[in-house]
Amino acid sequence: MSQTSIDPRSLRAPPKRPIKLSWSDERVRGIFWQVVVVGIVVSMVWWLWSNTVHNLEVRRIATGFGFLGREAGLPIAESLIDYNPTNSYLRALMVGLLNTLKVAVVGIILATVFGTLIGIARLSKNWVLRTLSATYVEVIRDLPLLLQLLFWYAILQGLPGPRQALHPAEGVFLSNRGLKLPWIQWEGAHSLALVAFLLGLVATIMYRRQALAKQIADGVPRAVWPVALVCLVALPLAAWAALGAPFTPDIPALRGFNFQGGLTLSPEYFALLAGLVMYTAGFIAEIVRAGIQAVPNGQREAAQALGLRPGAVLRLVVLPQALRVIVPPMTSQYLNITKNSSLAVAIGYQDIVSIANTTLNQTGQAIEGIAIIMLVYLTISLSISGFMNWYNARIALVER
Amino acid sequence: MSNTMEAVASAARADAPPAIMLDKVNKWYGAMHVLRDVSLNVALGERLVVCGPSGSGKSTLIRCINRLETHQEGSIKVDGIELSDDLRALDAIRREVGMVFQSFNLFPHLTILENCTLAPIWVRHMPKAEAEALAMQYLERVKIPEQAKKYPGQLSGGQQQRVAIARALCMKPKIMLFDEPTSALDPEMIKEVLEVMVSLAETGMTMVCVTHEMGFARQVADRVVFMDRGEIVEQGPPGEIFENPRTDRLKLFLSQILRGH
Ligand SMILES: Nc1ncnc2c1ncn2[C@@H]1O[C@H](COP(=O)(O)OP(=O)(O)O)[C@@H](O)[C@H]1O
Ligand SMILES: [Mg+2]
Repeated sequence: MSQTSIDPRSLRAPPKRPIKLSWSDERVRGIFWQVVVVGIVVSMVWWLWSNTVHNLEVRRIATGFGFLGREAGLPIAESLIDYNPTNSYLRALMVGLLNTLKVAVVGIILATVFGTLIGIARLSKNWVLRTLSATYVEVIRDLPLLLQLLFWYAILQGLPGPRQALHPAEGVFLSNRGLKLPWIQWEGAHSLALVAFLLGLVATIMYRRQALAKQIADGVPRAVWPVALVCLVALPLAAWAALGAPFTPDIPALRGFNFQGGLTLSPEYFALLAGLVMYTAGFIAEIVRAGIQAVPNGQREAAQALGLRPGAVLRLVVLPQALRVIVPPMTSQYLNITKNSSLAVAIGYQDIVSIANTTLNQTGQAIEGIAIIMLVYLTISLSISGFMNWYNARIALVER
Repeated sequence: MSNTMEAVASAARADAPPAIMLDKVNKWYGAMHVLRDVSLNVALGERLVVCGPSGSGKSTLIRCINRLETHQEGSIKVDGIELSDDLRALDAIRREVGMVFQSFNLFPHLTILENCTLAPIWVRHMPKAEAEALAMQYLERVKIPEQAKKYPGQLSGGQQQRVAIARALCMKPKIMLFDEPTSALDPEMIKEVLEVMVSLAETGMTMVCVTHEMGFARQVADRVVFMDRGEIVEQGPPGEIFENPRTDRLKLFLSQILRGH
C-alpha cells in the first residue's frame, strides 16, 4: 500500500553481460556489420574525391572560392538588396539566398495559417465547408507540385498586358507583369518603427508569460492588453514620430509600356508562393485535423464542467495535447516548403539554386556551386529543425 | 435505521429550496426525442440515483443539468439560476456543479496534483500554494495523496476515478453529478470508488448519480428515479422501487440487471 518504503529488490544493480568473442553473439555481429558499412562509405568518398581532383587537374580548373569576388555580369530581375550585374558573384548569391528566404519564410507563415483554417473546416458541422475542404485536400495532394507551379504561372502569364491591366482600386494593378500595390517611400524612421514593433512583440510575450506565472502564484489576474497596446502601437509610433514622422506615398502609375513606383509582386514570385502555399496547406490541414481529433471530446467536457471558459479550455487542455501530435510532422512540412522552393528554376524565379546554377555554368566551378547550395539548404533546414525540436521539447508529454 | 428518523430527515430537506428544478424538459437529437417532458426536483442535500436501460436518456439528463447539452423546451433551474444562453449564468452554474464521468477524463498532460489545482487556480483565482494545500486535502479524502506527483496514465482505473472525484471537489461544488462512475471499472476497483462516494454522501452533499449499483442505491439514496425511453417512469425510495416495482418496464429492467450481476 505505502509507496514510501523502498522495495528491497531495487537495492541490487543489474548484472553485467560479458562480451563473448563468438560469431553467435548478437553484439559481435552488430559491431562487425557497423565496421563493414563505415568501411564501404569511407572508400566510396575517397574514390569520388580523388577522381574529381584528377578531372579538374586535367581540365585546368582551379578549385577554391576565389571566383566569388569576380564580377558576376549576371542580370537578376528581383532583389531585396541593391544589385546590378557589375556586382560580384558573392553579392549575386546573397540576392539568391534572400529570394529563397523570401519565399520560404512567407510560405511557411501563409501555409500554416491557411492549412490550419482548412484543417478546422474539415471538422466543421457545416456540410458545405466540410466537403469543400475535404475535396481541396484530396485534389491538392494528388497533383505533383511542379504541375501546380506551372499551372499558376500559366494563369498569371494569361493576364492582360500593362496597358489593359486589371485596375480594381486606386494604385492597384494586376497584369502579366505581376501585382502592383501602393507603398510608401521607405526611410530610416520606418525601419526603426519596425524594429520597435518587433522588440515590443518580444516584450509583450515575455510580459504575458510573467503575468500568467504571477497569477498562478497569487491568484490575481492581470490584464495584458494595456502592455500590448503600449509595446505594439505606442512604441513604434513614437519611434516613427521621433524621426520626423515621414510619410510619402508611393503610388504605382503607368509610364509608357510599364509601371513606375509602388510595390511589385512579380508573376514568378506570386506563382511560386501560391503553388507552395496551396500545396503544403493541403498536408498541414491533415496534420491539424489529426491533432484536433487526437484530443477526445471528454477532455473538453471535463474542462468545461470544471468551469473553465472556452479560451482557457483551449489554452490549458486542448492545445497542449493537440500540439504534441501536430508539431513533429509540421517540422517536415516546413522543411518541404524550403526545399521545394528550389522548383523556382522551372518558372524562372531567381532563387539560390537558379543563381548558383548560372554561376557554375559561367565559371565551371561545379563542386563549389553545389557545395554552396547544399550549405545554404543545410543551414536553413537545420535552423528550422533546431527551432522546432526546441519547441517540441518544451511541450513534450511525460510518457504514461 | 428507524422510519421516524428517515421521515424527520426528509422533512427537513423538503423545507429547503430545491437545488435542482426541471420543469417539462424536452430534448431532441435531430429528429430523435431523447427527453420527454421530464419534471424533477432535487432538494438540497438529497441523494438521487437515476437508473434505466442503456439509451434511455440518463446521461443526457444529467448533462443538461450542467449544460454540457442544451435542452430545447421546458426550464432547468440550478441553485436558483435559470439555465439559458446567458454566459454569466453558465459560469456561475459550472462553478457550483461538479461532474464525474464514466471514462474519468483526467488531463493526461498534467500531474494528479495539477489536475486538481487547474480549476481552482484559473477559475477561482486561488493562489497556487493554497490550491495545492486544498488539493492535497481532497486527495487524502479519496485516499491517494501519495500519487500526487504521478500522471494519470500511471494510475489504475479505480485510482483515476478517485482523482476525478477529488478534482471536482476542489471547486467546492454544492452539487455533484456522477454519470456511471463505476461502469468502466473492474469489480475489485468498483468498491474503492463506491466507498469514496458513500463517504461523500455522509457529508450532506447534494448528489445525482446515474448508476446500476443497487447496493449503493439502497445504502445512500433518498430517492431512486427509473427512466425509460426519455421519460421518468417511476420514482420513490430505494426499498419501494426495488421491492415493489409497479410498472412492467421497471420489472423487466430489474430482472435484467439482477441476471447481469
Ligand atoms: N451526441 C448525440 N448525438 C445523437 N444522439 C445521441 C447523442 N448522445 C446520445 N444520443 C442518443 O440519445 C439517446 C439517449 O442517450 P443517453 O442519454 O446517452 O442514454 P443513457 O445514458 O441512458 O444510456 C440514445 O439513443 C443515444 O443514442
Ligand atoms: Mg449513459
